[in-house]
Amino acid sequence: MDLKAYKNVYVFAEQRDGVIQPVAYELLGKARELADDLGEKVVALLLGHQVREKAASLVEMGADEVIVADSPELKDYLTEQYAQVLYQIITANKPNIVLYGATTIGRDLAPRLASRLRTGLTADCTRLEIAEKENEPGEKEFRMTRPAFGGNLMATIICPNNRPQMSTVRPGVMQKREKETGRKGTVTDFQPQFDRSKFKVKLIGKVKNNAANADITAAKVLVSGGRGVHDKAGFDKLQGLADCLGGMVASSRAMVDAGVMDHAYQVGQTGKTVRPDLYVACGISGAIQHLAGMEESGYIVAINKDKFAPIFSVADLGIVGDLHKIVPMLTERLKKEMAE
Amino acid sequence: MNIIVCIKQVPDTTEIKIDPVKGTLIREGVPSIMNPDDKGGLELALRMKDMYGANVTVITMGPPQADLILREALAMGADRAILLTDRKFAGADTLATSYALAGAIKTMDYDLIIAGRQAIDGDTAQVGPEMAEHLGLPQVSYVVDAQLTDHHSLMVKKEDEECVQTLEVEGKCVLTVLASAYQARYMSVSGIMEAYSREVEIWTADKIEVEEEKLGLKGSPTKVFRSYPKALKTPGELHEVSEEEAVELIVSKLKEKHII
Repeated sequence: MDLKAYKNVYVFAEQRDGVIQPVAYELLGKARELADDLGEKVVALLLGHQVREKAASLVEMGADEVIVADSPELKDYLTEQYAQVLYQIITANKPNIVLYGATTIGRDLAPRLASRLRTGLTADCTRLEIAEKENEPGEKEFRMTRPAFGGNLMATIICPNNRPQMSTVRPGVMQKREKETGRKGTVTDFQPQFDRSKFKVKLIGKVKNNAANADITAAKVLVSGGRGVHDKAGFDKLQGLADCLGGMVASSRAMVDAGVMDHAYQVGQTGKTVRPDLYVACGISGAIQHLAGMEESGYIVAINKDKFAPIFSVADLGIVGDLHKIVPMLTERLKKEMAE
Repeated sequence: MNIIVCIKQVPDTTEIKIDPVKGTLIREGVPSIMNPDDKGGLELALRMKDMYGANVTVITMGPPQADLILREALAMGADRAILLTDRKFAGADTLATSYALAGAIKTMDYDLIIAGRQAIDGDTAQVGPEMAEHLGLPQVSYVVDAQLTDHHSLMVKKEDEECVQTLEVEGKCVLTVLASAYQARYMSVSGIMEAYSREVEIWTADKIEVEEEKLGLKGSPTKVFRSYPKALKTPGELHEVSEEEAVELIVSKLKEKHII
């Protein structure tokens, strides 16, 4: 494989129902940095039906070029349809790096492609960087860092002899750039050739999950509850505080497994990664899997009865005490504060 | 119907602790378990066996001690167990792992392949889809339910961030299942007694359809450049005070940080 023939940083610009997902913009921000370090271009891949007009927003957020594949076959995400198109684009254009959001779509599509392309894929990266190779000064290397062992260990992965180098990144981890209105870029149309004999999966229907509107990753303030909250009534107290601060409630895995909260509210390794300005952890002991999902928050307040709870190791302000008393009192106090 | 379930033995990562002084992982005393999503997948297979009648084969790739989870699967109700073990598989990343599993499955008769969505030690969710591609089969990931239809297709429910999707799959396929989909059954007492006298088949690289250079470390495009314990954050202030004082403290800090 001629590694030098592979150039540019590609981003799979995920859309759902024609709406570009925030993670695509976050990836463009990171891709821009990587491409600048390499002296290469940022190319966004936009697949869907009647989505071409969205290409401009990808340019404004950092892409130099947008390749659009527009077809009724691509209206809803289906693995094989999308994999065929991306495989054709990637083999024709030879990208150096391809980034995907670590969403249910990206984590379904990227491994399928990695296997078809026989290349490496690194999942759920939290850091991506271009560094100088240790034994070859002047030679650059793409390094992908991710948590392993449930967040207990960080591993930096390289893909030295295969191209493209691919990774998925969880939503909320990378920072998007400021929108640059009027930024110039090219938009190229790609005509996919479908092998329909391989289409074995048909979408019959979709039912919105009620809790799905709860996008805790977008909240500026999260009041999050764990085992110490006990039950629904306990979460009502947290909701009161969240309302008062203009935020949302979130949950640890324990309360999701107990059936008290829906999975959509779960923070952590098997839930969502969040970085609100304020994270109030109530009755959460702080398993490493939970910490992995919230420790990048701007300011962390933890309230827990157990002064040895691991949550205090990441809290900026730790309070040893009973959340069931403190949370309602704090809510009342803040209401007064705001009224003044 | 023949169902193959891919399972993995993993350290129970919720039990791993960090040595606060050295900052290293404490692995001693951490139990090895059947990966939770794989157990969900096995439960789906066993439910299909209960409903439609099926032959359930469990397969794992790993060191000889992975025998333990295969016997657990037999005790839960699996019919056949295969341990894929060979030094040639060592150091495999997800691509080489999925290639070896696919190489073993190619030699078998099957109608459906089930795997867990992801393993709790690696959390990649890549082996299932990569294996499906090696086998040239369609895949559905994040599965929470699957049922046979009257015309022998499969009706599958998949959970994404916003919706539950219903998908119809024609022919053989690979499903990757969430642990939360099913409460896995316990091993039966007679199953446990029997599981230790039953045969676990040991398969090496010679027994399966693979090219040796695509196995193990050699066949892995990704390499671990370095690994390290996560940097510990410097803890902030910890206060053990009355509730009134706690409230005042929080309010003053939030003001100081311009959050309110």
